[in-house]
Amino acid sequence: MVRKRLVVSLLWRNGVIVQSVGFRHTNVVGDPKVAIEFFNAWDADEIVLLDVTRDAGRPERFLAMLHHVSKHCFLPLTAGGWVADVARAQLLLENGADKVVVNTRGFDEPAFLGELADKFGAQCVVASIDVRGQDRETWQVAVDRGRRPTGVDPVSAARRAAEHGAGEILLTSIDQDGSLKGYDLDLVRTVADAVDIPVIAFGGVGDWRHLKDGIDAGADAVAAGNIFHFTEQSTRAAKTYLIDAGAPVRPR
Amino acid sequence: MIGVIDYDAGNIRSVLNALEWVGASARLIGQTAEMDECRGLVLPGVGAFRSAMDELEATGLADGLREWASHRQRPLPGVCAGMQLLAARGEEGGACDGLGLANAEVIRITPVAPARVPHIGWNEVVRYRDAVLWGPRQQAFCYFAHSYAMTFGDPAERSRWVVGETDHGGAIVAMIEHGNVMGAQFHPEKSQKDGLAILRNFVEAAERW
Repeated sequence: MVRKRLVVSLLWRNGVIVQSVGFRHTNVVGDPKVAIEFFNAWDADEIVLLDVTRDAGRPERFLAMLHHVSKHCFLPLTAGGWVADVARAQLLLENGADKVVVNTRGFDEPAFLGELADKFGAQCVVASIDVRGQDRETWQVAVDRGRRPTGVDPVSAARRAAEHGAGEILLTSIDQDGSLKGYDLDLVRTVADAVDIPVIAFGGVGDWRHLKDGIDAGADAVAAGNIFHFTEQSTRAAKTYLIDAGAPVRPR
Repeated sequence: MIGVIDYDAGNIRSVLNALEWVGASARLIGQTAEMDECRGLVLPGVGAFRSAMDELEATGLADGLREWASHRQRPLPGVCAGMQLLAARGEEGGACDGLGLANAEVIRITPVAPARVPHIGWNEVVRYRDAVLWGPRQQAFCYFAHSYAMTFGDPAERSRWVVGETDHGGAIVAMIEHGNVMGAQFHPEKSQKDGLAILRNFVEAAERW
Protein backbone atom coordinates (compact mmCIF):
# COMPACT_ATOMS: atom_id res chain seq x y z
CA MET A 1 0.00 0.00 0.00
CA VAL A 2 1.16 3.49 -0.79
CA ARG A 3 2.80 5.21 2.19
CA LYS A 4 1.52 8.31 3.96
CA ARG A 5 3.38 11.42 2.85
CA LEU A 6 5.12 14.09 4.86
CA VAL A 7 4.59 17.30 2.89
CA VAL A 8 6.35 20.62 3.32
CA SER A 9 4.19 23.54 2.29
CA LEU A 10 6.12 26.66 1.35
CA LEU A 11 4.30 29.95 0.92
CA TRP A 12 6.06 32.26 -1.51
CA ARG A 13 5.26 35.94 -1.46
CA ASN A 14 7.07 38.54 -3.56
CA GLY A 15 10.22 36.45 -3.78
CA VAL A 16 10.55 35.12 -0.24
CA ILE A 17 9.09 32.30 1.82
CA VAL A 18 6.73 33.54 4.55
CA GLN A 19 4.94 32.11 7.55
CA SER A 20 1.19 32.30 7.85
CA VAL A 21 -1.31 32.64 10.69
CA GLY A 22 -5.00 32.55 9.77
CA PHE A 23 -3.95 33.29 6.17
CA ARG A 24 -2.17 36.47 7.26
CA HIS A 25 1.49 36.41 6.39
CA THR A 26 3.79 37.06 9.26
CA ASN A 27 7.52 36.37 9.37
CA VAL A 28 9.73 36.20 6.36
CA VAL A 29 11.51 32.85 6.51
CA GLY A 30 13.96 33.29 3.70
CA ASP A 31 15.16 32.13 0.34
CA PRO A 32 13.12 29.43 -1.44
CA LYS A 33 16.19 27.75 -2.97
CA VAL A 34 17.85 27.23 0.39
CA ALA A 35 14.60 25.93 1.88
CA ILE A 36 14.10 23.43 -0.92
CA GLU A 37 17.68 22.20 -0.78
CA PHE A 38 17.29 21.50 2.91
CA PHE A 39 13.95 19.72 2.61
CA ASN A 40 15.23 17.71 -0.35
CA ALA A 41 17.99 16.41 1.91
CA TRP A 42 15.88 15.94 5.03
CA ASP A 43 13.50 13.11 4.21
CA ALA A 44 10.46 15.15 3.21
CA ASP A 45 8.22 13.26 0.75
CA GLU A 46 6.87 16.19 -1.24
CA ILE A 47 7.11 19.96 -1.44
CA VAL A 48 4.18 22.25 -2.16
CA LEU A 49 5.05 25.75 -3.33
CA LEU A 50 2.27 28.34 -3.42
CA ASP A 51 2.38 31.88 -4.76
CA VAL A 52 0.42 33.70 -2.05
CA THR A 53 1.32 37.19 -3.27
CA ARG A 54 -1.76 39.41 -3.10
CA ASP A 55 -3.22 41.05 -6.18
CA ALA A 56 -2.66 38.61 -9.06
CA GLY A 57 0.57 37.06 -7.85
CA ARG A 58 3.95 37.57 -9.46
CA PRO A 59 3.61 35.08 -12.32
CA GLU A 60 6.94 35.62 -14.08
CA ARG A 61 8.99 35.81 -10.93
CA PHE A 62 7.32 32.72 -9.46
CA LEU A 63 8.04 30.75 -12.64
CA ALA A 64 11.68 31.82 -12.65
CA MET A 65 12.00 30.73 -9.02
CA LEU A 66 10.33 27.37 -9.76
CA HIS A 67 12.60 26.77 -12.73
CA HIS A 68 15.62 27.52 -10.57
CA VAL A 69 14.71 25.48 -7.48
CA SER A 70 13.48 22.43 -9.40
CA LYS A 71 16.89 21.83 -10.98
CA HIS A 72 18.17 19.91 -7.99
CA CYS A 73 14.89 18.85 -6.46
CA PHE A 74 14.49 15.10 -6.83
CA LEU A 75 11.28 14.74 -4.94
CA PRO A 76 7.81 15.68 -6.11
CA LEU A 77 7.16 19.38 -6.39
CA THR A 78 3.60 20.68 -6.44
CA ALA A 79 2.97 24.31 -7.38
CA GLY A 80 0.04 26.69 -7.43
CA GLY A 81 -1.40 30.06 -6.63
CA TRP A 82 -3.25 32.17 -9.22
CA VAL A 83 -3.83 29.23 -11.56
CA ALA A 84 -6.81 30.38 -13.61
CA ASP A 85 -6.20 28.86 -17.04
CA VAL A 86 -4.65 25.82 -18.72
CA ALA A 87 -1.77 27.90 -20.06
CA ARG A 88 -0.67 28.87 -16.55
CA ALA A 89 -0.81 25.23 -15.42
CA GLN A 90 1.27 24.21 -18.41
CA LEU A 91 3.87 26.88 -17.62
CA LEU A 92 4.16 25.61 -14.04
CA LEU A 93 4.66 22.05 -15.30
CA GLU A 94 7.21 23.11 -17.90
CA ASN A 95 9.16 24.95 -15.25
CA GLY A 96 9.51 22.06 -12.87
CA ALA A 97 6.19 21.38 -11.15
CA ASP A 98 4.91 17.80 -11.12
CA LYS A 99 1.40 18.70 -10.01
CA VAL A 100 -0.66 21.87 -10.08
CA VAL A 101 -2.76 23.29 -7.24
CA VAL A 102 -6.00 25.02 -8.21
CA ASN A 103 -8.24 26.88 -5.82
CA THR A 104 -10.69 29.67 -6.71
CA ARG A 105 -11.33 28.94 -10.39
CA GLY A 106 -11.71 25.22 -9.66
CA PHE A 107 -14.43 26.12 -7.17
CA ASP A 108 -16.21 28.75 -9.27
CA GLU A 109 -16.01 26.65 -12.43
CA PRO A 110 -15.41 22.97 -11.59
CA ALA A 111 -15.28 22.16 -15.32
CA PHE A 112 -11.85 23.82 -15.26
CA LEU A 113 -10.59 20.89 -13.18
CA GLY A 114 -11.82 18.55 -15.92
CA GLU A 115 -10.09 20.60 -18.57
CA LEU A 116 -6.80 20.26 -16.69
CA ALA A 117 -7.35 16.54 -16.07
CA ASP A 118 -8.04 15.91 -19.76
CA LYS A 119 -4.81 17.56 -20.73
CA PHE A 120 -2.43 16.50 -17.95
CA GLY A 121 -4.20 13.58 -16.25
CA ALA A 122 -6.13 13.67 -12.96
CA GLN A 123 -3.00 12.72 -10.99
CA CYS A 124 -1.62 16.15 -11.89
CA VAL A 125 -4.56 18.19 -10.56
CA VAL A 126 -4.76 19.12 -6.88
CA ALA A 127 -7.94 20.91 -5.82
CA SER A 128 -7.21 23.21 -2.91
CA ILE A 129 -10.11 23.72 -0.52
CA ASP A 130 -9.79 26.32 2.23
CA VAL A 131 -12.32 26.02 5.02
CA ARG A 132 -13.48 28.57 7.58
CA GLY A 133 -15.25 27.54 10.79
CA GLN A 134 -14.47 25.12 13.58
CA ASP A 135 -17.20 22.49 13.44
CA ARG A 136 -19.64 20.92 11.01
CA GLU A 137 -22.26 23.53 11.76
CA THR A 138 -20.00 26.41 10.77
CA TRP A 139 -17.64 24.93 8.16
CA GLN A 140 -17.77 26.68 4.82
CA VAL A 141 -15.41 26.90 1.88
CA ALA A 142 -13.75 30.28 1.36
CA VAL A 143 -12.05 31.25 -1.92
CA ASP A 144 -10.00 34.19 -3.18
CA ARG A 145 -7.20 33.50 -0.67
CA GLY A 146 -9.76 32.84 2.04
CA ARG A 147 -11.40 36.24 1.74
CA ARG A 148 -14.65 35.25 0.01
CA PRO A 149 -16.90 32.91 2.02
CA THR A 150 -19.06 30.76 -0.26
CA GLY A 151 -21.58 29.15 2.09
CA VAL A 152 -20.71 25.75 0.54
CA ASP A 153 -19.80 22.92 2.89
CA PRO A 154 -16.38 21.26 2.38
CA VAL A 155 -17.80 17.78 1.70
CA SER A 156 -19.88 19.01 -1.25
CA ALA A 157 -16.93 20.98 -2.58
CA ALA A 158 -14.55 18.01 -2.29
CA ARG A 159 -16.98 15.58 -3.94
CA ARG A 160 -17.67 18.02 -6.74
CA ALA A 161 -13.94 18.56 -7.34
CA ALA A 162 -13.32 14.80 -7.47
CA GLU A 163 -16.22 14.25 -9.88
CA HIS A 164 -14.89 16.91 -12.21
CA GLY A 165 -11.40 15.45 -12.41
CA ALA A 166 -9.29 16.52 -9.44
CA GLY A 167 -6.83 13.80 -8.45
CA GLU A 168 -6.19 15.05 -4.96
CA ILE A 169 -7.59 17.45 -2.35
CA LEU A 170 -5.40 19.89 -0.43
CA LEU A 171 -7.61 20.56 2.60
CA THR A 172 -6.73 23.60 4.70
CA SER A 173 -8.44 24.85 7.83
CA ILE A 174 -8.05 28.63 7.86
CA ASP A 175 -9.00 28.77 11.54
CA GLN A 176 -6.27 26.29 12.46
CA ASP A 177 -3.63 27.87 10.20
CA GLY A 178 -0.76 29.08 12.37
CA SER A 179 -2.56 28.09 15.58
CA LEU A 180 -0.05 25.34 16.48
CA LYS A 181 -3.04 23.40 17.87
CA GLY A 182 -3.08 20.69 15.22
CA TYR A 183 -5.35 19.93 12.25
CA ASP A 184 -9.12 20.21 12.40
CA LEU A 185 -9.28 16.42 12.72
CA ASP A 186 -13.03 16.19 12.34
CA LEU A 187 -12.75 18.09 9.06
CA VAL A 188 -9.95 15.81 7.83
CA ARG A 189 -11.91 12.69 8.77
CA THR A 190 -15.14 13.94 7.25
CA VAL A 191 -13.64 14.92 3.89
CA ALA A 192 -11.34 11.86 3.64
CA ASP A 193 -14.38 9.61 4.23
CA ALA A 194 -16.40 11.45 1.58
CA VAL A 195 -14.04 11.04 -1.41
CA ASP A 196 -11.99 8.24 -3.03
CA ILE A 197 -9.09 10.47 -4.04
CA PRO A 198 -6.16 11.25 -1.71
CA VAL A 199 -6.54 14.07 0.82
CA ILE A 200 -3.65 16.24 2.04
CA ALA A 201 -4.32 17.78 5.47
CA PHE A 202 -2.92 21.25 6.12
CA GLY A 203 -3.17 23.95 8.76
CA GLY A 204 -2.26 24.03 12.43
CA VAL A 205 0.64 21.66 13.04
CA GLY A 206 2.56 22.75 16.15
CA ASP A 207 3.92 19.42 17.29
CA TRP A 208 5.05 16.26 15.46
CA ARG A 209 2.22 14.43 17.23
CA HIS A 210 -0.26 16.46 15.17
CA LEU A 211 1.10 14.85 11.99
CA LYS A 212 0.35 11.40 13.41
CA ASP A 213 -3.12 12.60 14.44
CA GLY A 214 -3.77 13.71 10.84
CA ILE A 215 -2.73 10.31 9.50
CA ASP A 216 -4.91 8.55 12.07
CA ALA A 217 -7.84 10.75 11.01
CA GLY A 218 -7.51 9.40 7.45
CA ALA A 219 -5.29 11.90 5.65
CA ASP A 220 -3.14 10.40 2.88
CA ALA A 221 -0.58 13.13 3.31
CA VAL A 222 0.13 15.51 6.16
CA ALA A 223 1.41 18.98 5.36
CA ALA A 224 2.91 21.66 7.52
CA GLY A 225 4.74 24.91 6.92
CA ASN A 226 5.62 27.09 9.86
CA ILE A 227 6.89 24.29 12.11
CA PHE A 228 9.46 23.17 9.54
CA HIS A 229 11.18 26.54 9.39
CA PHE A 230 13.96 27.69 11.69
CA THR A 231 14.76 24.18 12.92
CA GLU A 232 17.76 22.20 11.74
CA GLN A 233 16.76 18.93 10.06
CA SER A 234 13.12 19.56 10.93
CA THR A 235 11.53 17.20 8.41
CA ARG A 236 14.01 14.50 9.36
CA ALA A 237 12.94 14.83 13.00
CA ALA A 238 9.29 14.73 11.95
CA LYS A 239 9.87 11.60 9.85
CA THR A 240 11.72 9.91 12.70
CA TYR A 241 8.81 10.74 15.02
CA LEU A 242 6.29 9.23 12.58
CA ILE A 243 8.34 6.06 12.09
CA ASP A 244 8.75 5.60 15.84
CA ALA A 245 5.02 6.20 16.31
CA GLY A 246 4.29 3.37 13.86
CA ALA A 247 2.84 5.52 11.05
CA PRO A 248 3.06 3.85 7.60
CA VAL A 249 5.47 6.34 6.03
CA ARG A 250 8.37 5.93 3.63
CA PRO A 251 11.39 4.70 5.61
CA ARG A 252 14.42 6.92 5.91
CA MET B 1 24.30 11.47 -25.26
CA ILE B 2 20.89 10.55 -23.84
CA GLY B 3 17.84 11.88 -25.64
CA VAL B 4 14.61 12.80 -23.90
CA ILE B 5 11.61 12.72 -26.21
CA ASP B 6 9.99 16.14 -26.25
CA TYR B 7 6.36 16.16 -27.24
CA ASP B 8 5.21 19.43 -25.84
CA ALA B 9 3.49 19.00 -22.51
CA GLY B 10 4.20 18.18 -18.91
CA ASN B 11 7.30 18.08 -16.81
CA ILE B 12 10.05 16.92 -19.14
CA ARG B 13 12.64 19.13 -17.49
CA SER B 14 12.71 16.98 -14.33
CA VAL B 15 13.86 13.99 -16.35
CA LEU B 16 16.55 16.08 -18.03
CA ASN B 17 17.72 17.47 -14.67
CA ALA B 18 17.93 14.02 -13.11
CA LEU B 19 19.84 12.52 -16.06
CA GLU B 20 22.39 15.31 -15.84
CA TRP B 21 22.64 14.83 -12.08
CA VAL B 22 23.64 11.17 -12.56
CA GLY B 23 26.32 12.19 -15.03
CA ALA B 24 24.69 11.87 -18.45
CA SER B 25 24.78 14.54 -21.08
CA ALA B 26 21.16 14.81 -22.10
CA ARG B 27 19.10 16.83 -24.56
CA LEU B 28 15.52 17.11 -25.74
CA ILE B 29 14.67 15.28 -28.94
CA GLY B 30 11.77 16.67 -30.94
CA GLN B 31 12.39 14.98 -34.31
CA THR B 32 13.20 11.46 -35.43
CA ALA B 33 16.33 12.63 -37.25
CA GLU B 34 17.86 13.76 -33.97
CA MET B 35 17.67 10.26 -32.48
CA ASP B 36 20.73 9.02 -34.40
CA GLU B 37 23.34 10.54 -32.13
CA CYS B 38 21.75 9.17 -28.93
CA ARG B 39 23.02 6.19 -26.96
CA GLY B 40 19.66 5.86 -25.24
CA LEU B 41 16.23 7.48 -25.43
CA VAL B 42 13.91 8.26 -22.53
CA LEU B 43 10.20 8.52 -23.26
CA PRO B 44 8.79 10.68 -20.44
CA GLY B 45 5.18 10.61 -19.40
CA VAL B 46 2.89 13.47 -20.15
CA GLY B 47 -0.89 13.69 -20.02
CA ALA B 48 -3.45 11.19 -21.10
CA PHE B 49 -2.58 8.12 -23.21
CA ARG B 50 -4.60 9.09 -26.23
CA SER B 51 -3.51 12.71 -26.50
CA ALA B 52 0.13 11.65 -26.01
CA MET B 53 -0.14 9.02 -28.78
CA ASP B 54 -1.85 11.51 -31.09
CA GLU B 55 1.05 13.87 -30.58
CA LEU B 56 3.70 11.16 -31.09
CA GLU B 57 2.01 9.91 -34.27
CA ALA B 58 1.49 13.42 -35.67
CA THR B 59 5.16 14.33 -35.25
CA GLY B 60 6.45 11.03 -36.62
CA LEU B 61 8.15 10.35 -33.30
CA ALA B 62 6.03 7.21 -32.80
CA ASP B 63 7.50 5.55 -35.91
CA GLY B 64 10.95 6.80 -34.97
CA LEU B 65 10.61 5.13 -31.57
CA ARG B 66 9.36 1.85 -33.07
CA GLU B 67 12.27 1.87 -35.49
CA TRP B 68 14.71 2.71 -32.70
CA ALA B 69 13.41 -0.14 -30.52
CA SER B 70 13.43 -2.81 -33.20
CA HIS B 71 16.39 -1.87 -35.42
CA ARG B 72 18.69 0.35 -33.39
CA GLN B 73 18.44 -1.97 -30.44
CA ARG B 74 19.57 0.68 -28.00
CA PRO B 75 17.90 1.22 -24.60
CA LEU B 76 14.48 2.85 -24.57
CA PRO B 77 13.04 3.40 -21.10
CA GLY B 78 9.56 4.87 -20.72
CA VAL B 79 8.76 6.81 -17.57
CA CYS B 80 5.29 6.84 -15.97
CA ALA B 81 2.80 7.48 -18.80
CA GLY B 82 5.81 7.01 -21.11
CA MET B 83 6.06 3.38 -19.96
CA GLN B 84 2.35 2.97 -20.62
CA LEU B 85 2.78 4.19 -24.21
CA LEU B 86 5.01 1.19 -24.91
CA ALA B 87 1.90 -1.00 -24.63
CA ALA B 88 -0.30 -2.18 -27.50
CA ARG B 89 -3.40 -0.36 -26.33
CA GLY B 90 -4.67 2.21 -23.83
CA GLU B 91 -8.10 3.45 -22.81
CA GLU B 92 -7.38 6.81 -21.18
CA GLY B 93 -9.11 9.54 -23.17
CA GLY B 94 -10.72 6.92 -25.46
CA ALA B 95 -9.45 3.53 -26.71
CA CYS B 96 -6.29 3.96 -28.74
CA ASP B 97 -3.29 2.02 -30.03
CA GLY B 98 0.03 2.54 -28.29
CA LEU B 99 3.55 2.04 -29.63
CA GLY B 100 2.95 -1.71 -29.54
CA LEU B 101 6.38 -2.61 -28.20
CA ALA B 102 4.98 -4.57 -25.23
CA ASN B 103 2.06 -6.95 -25.60
CA ALA B 104 0.08 -5.26 -22.85
CA GLU B 105 -2.87 -2.99 -22.24
CA VAL B 106 -3.20 0.06 -20.04
CA ILE B 107 -6.41 0.21 -18.03
CA ARG B 108 -7.81 2.21 -15.15
CA ILE B 109 -6.90 1.04 -11.65
CA THR B 110 -10.02 -0.13 -9.83
CA PRO B 111 -10.08 1.35 -6.32
CA VAL B 112 -10.09 -1.34 -3.64
CA ALA B 113 -10.60 0.33 -0.24
CA PRO B 114 -8.64 1.60 1.56
CA ALA B 115 -6.52 2.18 -1.55
CA ARG B 116 -7.40 5.43 -3.29
CA VAL B 117 -7.12 6.27 -6.98
CA PRO B 118 -5.09 8.05 -8.29
CA HIS B 119 -2.26 6.06 -6.73
CA ILE B 120 -0.19 9.01 -5.50
CA GLY B 121 2.81 8.78 -3.22
CA TRP B 122 5.78 6.65 -2.27
CA ASN B 123 5.47 2.91 -2.51
CA GLU B 124 7.79 -0.06 -2.26
CA VAL B 125 8.88 -1.63 -5.52
CA VAL B 126 9.72 -5.31 -5.12
CA ARG B 127 12.28 -6.91 -7.39
CA TYR B 128 10.87 -9.71 -9.50
CA ARG B 129 14.00 -10.63 -11.38
CA ASP B 130 17.36 -9.28 -12.58
CA ALA B 131 17.25 -6.28 -14.87
CA VAL B 132 19.50 -3.52 -16.15
CA LEU B 133 17.32 -1.00 -14.32
CA TRP B 134 17.70 -2.82 -11.01
CA GLY B 135 21.44 -3.37 -11.11
CA PRO B 136 22.44 -4.87 -7.76
CA ARG B 137 19.52 -3.17 -5.95
CA GLN B 138 16.96 -5.48 -4.32
CA GLN B 139 14.09 -3.07 -3.70
CA ALA B 140 13.30 0.62 -3.93
CA PHE B 141 10.92 3.22 -2.55
CA CYS B 142 9.63 5.31 -5.40
CA TYR B 143 7.11 8.07 -6.10
CA PHE B 144 4.02 7.10 -8.08
CA ALA B 145 1.30 9.35 -9.53
CA HIS B 146 -1.12 7.53 -11.84
CA SER B 147 -4.70 6.32 -12.30
CA TYR B 148 -3.98 3.81 -15.07
CA ALA B 149 -1.70 0.79 -15.01
CA MET B 150 -0.17 -1.71 -17.43
CA THR B 151 -1.66 -5.21 -17.52
CA PHE B 152 -0.59 -8.32 -19.39
CA GLY B 153 -3.35 -10.70 -20.50
CA ASP B 154 -0.89 -13.51 -21.19
CA PRO B 155 1.03 -14.80 -18.13
CA ALA B 156 4.01 -15.74 -20.31
CA GLU B 157 4.23 -12.16 -21.63
CA ARG B 158 3.90 -10.89 -18.11
CA SER B 159 6.84 -12.90 -16.83
CA ARG B 160 8.85 -11.92 -19.91
CA TRP B 161 8.35 -8.21 -19.16
CA VAL B 162 7.68 -7.49 -15.51
CA VAL B 163 10.79 -6.97 -13.38
CA GLY B 164 9.27 -5.04 -10.47
CA GLU B 165 5.89 -4.78 -8.80
CA THR B 166 4.24 -2.63 -6.18
CA ASP B 167 1.06 -3.08 -4.19
CA HIS B 168 -1.84 -0.68 -3.97
CA GLY B 169 -5.06 -2.57 -3.34
CA GLY B 170 -3.58 -5.33 -5.55
CA ALA B 171 -0.38 -5.85 -7.53
CA ILE B 172 0.60 -3.05 -9.91
CA VAL B 173 3.26 -3.42 -12.61
CA ALA B 174 5.98 -0.99 -11.54
CA MET B 175 8.99 -1.83 -13.72
CA ILE B 176 9.29 -3.65 -17.04
CA GLU B 177 12.25 -4.71 -19.13
CA HIS B 178 12.65 -6.92 -22.16
CA GLY B 179 15.86 -6.51 -24.14
CA ASN B 180 16.35 -2.83 -24.84
CA VAL B 181 12.76 -1.80 -24.10
CA MET B 182 12.14 -0.91 -20.45
CA GLY B 183 10.04 1.28 -18.24
CA ALA B 184 9.12 2.57 -14.82
CA GLN B 185 5.55 3.34 -13.80
CA PHE B 186 6.88 5.54 -10.99
CA HIS B 187 8.91 8.71 -11.42
CA PRO B 188 12.59 7.79 -10.95
CA GLU B 189 13.51 11.44 -11.49
CA LYS B 190 11.40 12.31 -8.44
CA SER B 191 12.29 9.36 -6.22
CA GLN B 192 15.45 10.73 -4.64
CA LYS B 193 18.37 8.33 -4.23
CA ASP B 194 16.46 5.16 -5.13
CA GLY B 195 15.12 6.65 -8.35
CA LEU B 196 18.40 8.30 -9.29
CA ALA B 197 20.16 4.93 -8.86
CA ILE B 198 17.73 3.36 -11.33
CA LEU B 199 18.35 6.18 -13.82
CA ARG B 200 22.09 5.79 -13.33
CA ASN B 201 21.80 2.07 -14.14
CA PHE B 202 20.11 2.98 -17.40
CA VAL B 203 22.68 5.66 -18.30
CA GLU B 204 25.60 3.33 -17.64
CA ALA B 205 23.98 0.54 -19.62
CA ALA B 206 23.34 2.91 -22.53
CA GLU B 207 27.02 3.88 -22.64
CA ARG B 208 28.20 0.29 -23.03
CA TRP B 209 25.23 -1.06 -25.02
